[in-house]
Amino acid sequence: MSEQQHMGFEAVIGLEVHAQLQTASKIFSPSSTAFGAPPNTHVDPVCLGMPGVLPVLNRKAVEFAIRMGLATHCRIAGRSIFARKHYFYPDLPKGYQISQYELPLCEHGYVEIEPEQGEKRRIAIVRIHLEEDAGKSVHAEEYVAGDETLIDLNRCGVPLIEIVSAPDLRTPREAWLYLAKLRQLVRWLGICDGNMEQGSLRCDANVSVRPVGEKKLGVKTELKNMNTLRGVEKALEYEISRQIAAVRRGETIVQETLLWDADRNVAVPMRSKEFAHDYRYFPDPDLVPLVIDDAWRDRIAAELPELPDSMRLRFTRQYGLPEYDAAILTEERELAAYFESAAAEARDVKAVSNWIMGDVLRVIKEEKISIAAFRVAPKALAELVNLITEGVISGKIAKQVFAEMLENGGTPKQIVEEKGLVQISDSSAIEQAVADALSAHPAEAERLRNGEGKLIGFFVGKVMQASRGKANPKMVSELLQKQMRG
Amino acid sequence: MTRDRQPSASSTVPSIRATRQAIREGNDSLEQVVSRCLAAIAAGSDINAFITVFDEQALEAARRIDGQIRSGTAGPLAGAVIAVKDNIAVKDCLMTCGSRILHNFIPPYDATVISRLQEAGAVIIGKTNLDEFAMGSSSEHSASGAVKNPVAPGHVAGGSSGGSAAAVAAGYCHAALGSDTGGSIRQPAAFTGVFGLKPTYGRVSRFGLAAFASSLDQIGPLARSTEDLAAVLQVISGHDPLDGTSAQEPAPDFSASVASLNGKTIGIPAQYLGEGVQPEIAAAVDAAAEKARSSGAKVVSVDLPMTDYAIATYYLICTAEASSNLARYDGAHYGFRAEGVRSLEEMYTRSRSEGFGEEVKRRIMLGTYVLSAGYYDAYYRRAMKARSLIRRDFEQAFATCDLLLTPTTPTTAFRSGEKTTDPLAMYLSDIFTVSVNLAGLPAISFPYGRDDQGLPIGLQCIAPAFDEISLLRAARFFEQNG
Repeated sequence: MSEQQHMGFEAVIGLEVHAQLQTASKIFSPSSTAFGAPPNTHVDPVCLGMPGVLPVLNRKAVEFAIRMGLATHCRIAGRSIFARKHYFYPDLPKGYQISQYELPLCEHGYVEIEPEQGEKRRIAIVRIHLEEDAGKSVHAEEYVAGDETLIDLNRCGVPLIEIVSAPDLRTPREAWLYLAKLRQLVRWLGICDGNMEQGSLRCDANVSVRPVGEKKLGVKTELKNMNTLRGVEKALEYEISRQIAAVRRGETIVQETLLWDADRNVAVPMRSKEFAHDYRYFPDPDLVPLVIDDAWRDRIAAELPELPDSMRLRFTRQYGLPEYDAAILTEERELAAYFESAAAEARDVKAVSNWIMGDVLRVIKEEKISIAAFRVAPKALAELVNLITEGVISGKIAKQVFAEMLENGGTPKQIVEEKGLVQISDSSAIEQAVADALSAHPAEAERLRNGEGKLIGFFVGKVMQASRGKANPKMVSELLQKQMRG
Repeated sequence: MTRDRQPSASSTVPSIRATRQAIREGNDSLEQVVSRCLAAIAAGSDINAFITVFDEQALEAARRIDGQIRSGTAGPLAGAVIAVKDNIAVKDCLMTCGSRILHNFIPPYDATVISRLQEAGAVIIGKTNLDEFAMGSSSEHSASGAVKNPVAPGHVAGGSSGGSAAAVAAGYCHAALGSDTGGSIRQPAAFTGVFGLKPTYGRVSRFGLAAFASSLDQIGPLARSTEDLAAVLQVISGHDPLDGTSAQEPAPDFSASVASLNGKTIGIPAQYLGEGVQPEIAAAVDAAAEKARSSGAKVVSVDLPMTDYAIATYYLICTAEASSNLARYDGAHYGFRAEGVRSLEEMYTRSRSEGFGEEVKRRIMLGTYVLSAGYYDAYYRRAMKARSLIRRDFEQAFATCDLLLTPTTPTTAFRSGEKTTDPLAMYLSDIFTVSVNLAGLPAISFPYGRDDQGLPIGLQCIAPAFDEISLLRAARFFEQNG
């Protein structure tokens, strides 16, 4: 889509984001929440909805939800209520989902996003509430024949928070940024792994369009089944274009739910029957009101880690890092901690930042590992950077040392010593090497002496080659400068 | 009105204490007691009090407990033989709730009350018949057929804990567990001439009780004496971490309740003695009040003005909760599934249409309507407001009274089949019991004489929350001063 096509229209987008909380057990029963177990092995009478069993609220799930509420500047309700949301579906054994309706746990918060162009934007969060996940219908051929459907209830009862934004987002890119921000936060807080492909973070979008300047909202549609950040952006681009085109043609938008088909890049309307629900919400009489006293809330607040926005600002102030570096280093809490550990030992903090943003993140990406699993300890990285700063090795040699550390372990100093990689900074040895290079290439040497400066690079290369990278390139370059006649 | 207290049926078992003593002294064994109970149940099969009888299982438990009694290691309820309403889960034993939809359901867990009874040394003898999912006042709405009143042939045993009341009245066991959502322990106790206690909401764990209306349901005991009633209540009471609504309140010693009303103020609500109350029952209330007065109690008239709204409020709330609680019976995971279904929707509609009885379906439909978009505020929310007012009525009454004394029911046991075609008339038989559930209070029904046809009359005492002790004292007083 292009801005041109949307001329005169704006989109209004609100997101409903579900995040699975990484508690050990389910929200109302003792079964494990671990992902990937054989079907129906993480179940118990409570999550199976057997007659007479009762839900008992998992305190950890409440704490996790409060963490997110505090991190998004929400008001934490001193008293909130669980409600039953009714619909019949085989992956919902009780015939209702326990959720929150009239009095949610968290309300009136916000997060800030920073579009590439333009001002920082504050996106309001209407509410964050706790609820239980449903099971899964399995149609996979390994289990079922023909038109049968099997049910896996391992996921049933896994704690979720639903984070509902105000309709404050105006472009698919803003939706992407907002969702990325939420994903960053849930990971940062250690409450959700944020994995959209596995469904531990899920996003539905409500979207409508209206002429620029119009205050009244257009008819909205709901988009579901986007399994990646990019998918959310693409589905919104598709749907906004479709709605604008329809309005231009004089058609009215029908309120409906559409499923994003990532293979075909289209959003397909669900059959209306599948979502025509009257959920008949009412307070769950099996659960007493959830009371959060100030002491509990304050303790959770005190235990909250420094949040990414604040840490980012601190990195620019405390370490003098550019905004760009600070943003990348605070993308993940573990990465930020890695940087800070290394920075504490390093003389050149910006160089540490460069190494992390460059080689460290490259390796992590290539190997698809987390920073926690990265083999070079922050202390070792700092030592490596210090060797460059001190002139013991060149940047080029440092890359070799880094590769060696990754391959076989060991500290930078050990490797530099064992492999004889110490930079040659002895001026007589370097003078000799420069003289050798000049006499080996008399024609170029003559041109250099006549002032052809670009040949300095040529000779530095030759000297470095001859010294197998160990000559101090700065000293080599200085000596060559002196060869040039005024 | 006659007030002879002749035993209504030949009792197989004396009191729990007497049974235990006989065993300890070597004059009897629990195995023999259970055998006699089983024989009596078999002989009285026309009463239809039981859905499942635990023959071999009960005898095996009896033999084990016999050993414990002799060796002095037995629990506080050793010697007791107890029947359990079939909406309370006993692990690995069929639990039907009187419904076709659970005709084959075997819970893999014990209700908390069951594990507590078993730990205390009680023998569970079987599962008793009931109105389907405890919805009814006559125990005629059961997939296992109607319960008959063992002390009043041709009459209903009351409901929904009719099987439990009949089993106790017929002497098939020492005591039984029932559940009371709007009177389902007290009304059948009254109809069969036994004691029935509905504890304060939260006093007894609901874990393992198939929910009808979660905010009203409470498990409680039925017995032939206040002594046995107290013994069972003692064991099943107390906080349960598996039930978030169970109270932290510790259970006092219920057995120590003395039979005295001296110095107590007893309130008689005018609204409970108006039109429609059978004259002999009104006379029984007067007689009981007089007895209390003559032994030092003060009897006063109190006003419970919200009583007129109780039935409407109750049926709005209980049907709303029932429609939600019974959504799980859908044919998908356990229980009955209609045969030959070709689609998901057909599986749901046919399994539920064929699996539930008429009364249950009626209440599910009423409750679904009550909670529907656009009606919620008009019905459910207003009913919740009325419920608060009803609760306040009682608070005001208890500001001046220690106890309230009322009839348990407006009439004695009605004839079998008399009200099955008139649901509203059936609902009105709960008129004196439902307010107690709405207010979450404890209440007891105790037998107090008989009417002109010889049918048992039950009177009700209501106490402030967590004051079951006062109920047991009052009932014991009337037990000894009938």
